[in-house]
Amino acid sequence: MKIDRRSFLSFLIGGAAGTALSPMPLKLTDDSSIWTQMWPWTPVPEDGEISHVNSTCTLCPGHCGITVRKINDRAVKIEGMKGHPVNDGGICLLGLSGLQLLYGPARVKTPLKRVGARGSGRWKKISWDAAVSEVVKQLGDLRAEGKSHSVGLITGSDRGTVSQLFARLMTAYGSPNVMRTPSMLDSYELTLQLTQGTRALPGFDFENADFILSFGSGIIDGWGSPVRMFKAFSGWRSNHGKVVQIEPRLSRTAAKSDRWIPVKPGTEGVLALGLAHVIIKEALYNSDFIDNYSVGFEDLKRLVLDKYSPDNVAAITAIDHKDIVTLARDFAAASKPLAICGRGRGSVAGSLDEFMAVQALNALVGNINKKGGVRAVSEIDYINWPEVQMDAVAAAGMQRERLDGAGSKKYPDTRYLLNRLPAAISSGEESSLAALLVTGANPLYTMPGSTAVKKAMAGIGFVVSFSSYMDETAQNADLILPNHTYLERFEDVPTPFGLQQPVTSLARPVVEPQFNTQHVGDVVIRIAKALGGSIAGAFPWEGYQTCLKETLGHKWETLITKGFLLDDNYRAFARQMKFDTPSGKFEFANKKTGRVPQFAPIKIEGDAKLYPLILVPYDSFRLAGDYIGSPPFAVKTVEDTVLKGKDVFVELNPETARALRLREGQHAILSTPRGQAKVKVHWFDGIRPGVVALPRGLGHTAYDKYLAEKGVNFNELIGPVEDPGTGWDAAWGIMAKLTKA
Amino acid sequence: MKKAKRYGMVIDLDKCTGCGSCMAACMAENNVPFREDESNKLLSITWMRVYKLTNKKPFPETDVCYLPRPCMHCAGQHEGHSPCVSVCPATATDYSMKTGIVSQIYTRCFGCRYCMASCPYHARYFNWWDPVWPDGMEKYLNPNVSPRMRGVVEKCSFCFHRYQLAKEKAYMEGRRELEEDEYQTSCTQACPADAITFGDLNNPQHAVYKNKKSPNAFRLLERLGTNPKVYYTSSREWVRRSGDNYLKNEGKPAKAVHHG
Repeated sequence: MKIDRRSFLSFLIGGAAGTALSPMPLKLTDDSSIWTQMWPWTPVPEDGEISHVNSTCTLCPGHCGITVRKINDRAVKIEGMKGHPVNDGGICLLGLSGLQLLYGPARVKTPLKRVGARGSGRWKKISWDAAVSEVVKQLGDLRAEGKSHSVGLITGSDRGTVSQLFARLMTAYGSPNVMRTPSMLDSYELTLQLTQGTRALPGFDFENADFILSFGSGIIDGWGSPVRMFKAFSGWRSNHGKVVQIEPRLSRTAAKSDRWIPVKPGTEGVLALGLAHVIIKEALYNSDFIDNYSVGFEDLKRLVLDKYSPDNVAAITAIDHKDIVTLARDFAAASKPLAICGRGRGSVAGSLDEFMAVQALNALVGNINKKGGVRAVSEIDYINWPEVQMDAVAAAGMQRERLDGAGSKKYPDTRYLLNRLPAAISSGEESSLAALLVTGANPLYTMPGSTAVKKAMAGIGFVVSFSSYMDETAQNADLILPNHTYLERFEDVPTPFGLQQPVTSLARPVVEPQFNTQHVGDVVIRIAKALGGSIAGAFPWEGYQTCLKETLGHKWETLITKGFLLDDNYRAFARQMKFDTPSGKFEFANKKTGRVPQFAPIKIEGDAKLYPLILVPYDSFRLAGDYIGSPPFAVKTVEDTVLKGKDVFVELNPETARALRLREGQHAILSTPRGQAKVKVHWFDGIRPGVVALPRGLGHTAYDKYLAEKGVNFNELIGPVEDPGTGWDAAWGIMAKLTKA
Repeated sequence: MKKAKRYGMVIDLDKCTGCGSCMAACMAENNVPFREDESNKLLSITWMRVYKLTNKKPFPETDVCYLPRPCMHCAGQHEGHSPCVSVCPATATDYSMKTGIVSQIYTRCFGCRYCMASCPYHARYFNWWDPVWPDGMEKYLNPNVSPRMRGVVEKCSFCFHRYQLAKEKAYMEGRRELEEDEYQTSCTQACPADAITFGDLNNPQHAVYKNKKSPNAFRLLERLGTNPKVYYTSSREWVRRSGDNYLKNEGKPAKAVHHG
């Protein structure tokens, strides 16, 4: 057979057509995908028996109930617990990402002892026995030298059995230096004490309020118990509740509110007094409450009528005086108005005058202790341990002045002043700190003036961290005694901030401890027992679990079966108008202590000539800002106008940006009197001209590669500014300048 | 014959707070991988992504709205003619006539990314790298969703595995029909603001049936004829108008057209 051109082409074309019609191409595409995909390193999750465990999330002070789905012994998904009084099935971004913290690379897997210089990251793995004896030796030596008061404790909370065990250890040991991480809880507690006579958690009936006046509170940016706030917010959308947001930047809360009042930063308190002026002048207040249940109204009246007329306030706040009058009228006319404060997430204690001014608004409309209002919440009382029998050393130590000055003559009403600690240590006073224990806190990251804090910490002889994660403080400690994570341990979880109904929840082990960690409660009891004498005597329990069970008594059964515990004595909306103040009434002013309504604005650091801009932080719900670092899922959700590569964006009004000749996305140097950082510029119309905003929660140096070394830690650029009456940090911002990089 | 199901979603943008729970809930449920740097959003795999919209007005008239974007599970002009399904040469993505869900079959996908080009919503993502979980973190992977590998496209499945599990459970209990709450996507379940409703758009008993008829309802890029099954509602007109492209002087957007 002769192969000519014609037959050759026919063969080719016929062959091609035949192949195309055959199943071969399909088979080939299918095979090619199989050949290029079936790699042994792609994990195949093991299947198995499904189970669910109810527990409580303690990643933030929101304390939501969670239901964890498990496959065999693996936890695979965290979901909100249906029927839980805090979150009823809802859950937030951080809570959903909890398993990344449990199984993540930032875990401290075994007790570690520092071998290199502090912060060099060189550690030796040691046994639990060695770790505990190291702590006991150091604390024992200090005590023997009569320096028990030179031991400090920084704790994230002072409620619940674990915090109370720590406090008990400090008392029995003989040191008054227990410091809680500052937050708006400090200011609300004191506000309630001064006005209503009870130092307690504030409880807000958001579910029934219909007009929310928020002085910069990030209602949906993480303020209070976040999921509860989301749900309340959703309720207002369905029931035509009104939300008015007062803050210089269009936050998520401002954007979703009904009215945004872009006040000049730092003048929120003045605006509150301006509203009070209108309410009093036009007699819009609740006269029943004012006449029958309050004292000191005349003092408030004098203050606001004197100084805070709408015209004056308009000049200070840059809000039109007509808007002030309208807002005051709307607030007073609403059937259930409610005013709240605490900027952003509420991570700064703030100005007491401001909190008092906002609380005065609530009192003027008479929404104290009633439906849709605010009340002082009495927690479920179950920690009734016998008084600590102090020996002579402990008694002497407890007599000493606190290092931070809380409770001193200057700051008589304040309980904790962690913000004053670095200065107190660095001032080189005699009673400086020899040892520091840190639990449930990451002061090296969360405290303003990080550089000064780090320097102060370097002066402390012995630093122990009980963190589950390698955070900044742990990184710079001498010894890490890693706690179980919240998914591996039992713990009673107290009422979250802002809830009216007291609720205690139970965190319980969802999975076996993944690493060589121990429950911090057990460790405290072990340390106490090893210290011996009256200290050991104050801890009669065998271990933490026995302690928890005995402390809770019959409540334990309820907790273990239901997962949470409600207060039997709580009556919703019981209109209780008897206050624990000396007068038995709500006190705008207290004649006895000489406390009258007043207002001193907080002046922020920096000379406006050198630093013409105002730098304020903002809380974004996508990033954790507290001592917990954001897990990878959370970082992944951060917008590319906030974080790009390693660069963080500052928000700047286009008008200001044009004046500074800074383009969108351009690099710039952000400097403040406290430090400087390289940032990128993001043009954002939703920010007051002259203001620069930087997100909180970035600029970590610790945790894992998914979070570390990205962006800038706001706290490196700001320092504390003391609130005159209380000593708290009240810095809401700092003067700054932006220059081309 | 009983009408086929058309699973869909209605997202209330007035309630959506932009908190990002839906994104994390989706990642946790569907074994979505993550990398060290996720700030290049073209490469960042997010089956559910929350966009930030602004009204582009200067201070202080500025307004912002958040818009969660899952896969729209487009039905196309005739049921089944989704932009992506129509172009897939490997039948790796298909339209279910029973549920209206657009599937993605990873083992069939050979990574031509034609579907990505045809999707007007950027709802599809390509695995340029093999997923890597840090040592020990693979413990949280969900066995109901297979982890993907380098070279395939992935996207939101309306948590189809949840539908399968619910169907199996119903079958074991001798039922043919699912209750509304038996099959809910992970994002719907997680949303703390209750902004997302999910269900059968054909079933008058389901919340989505009523919600999609809201006068404030709209869909994204409706005029392309993709016939998406994700509806949005917003009381703000500028938000509704952001859902499509309009000429400068074009009048108010036409009322949402409901298919099916």
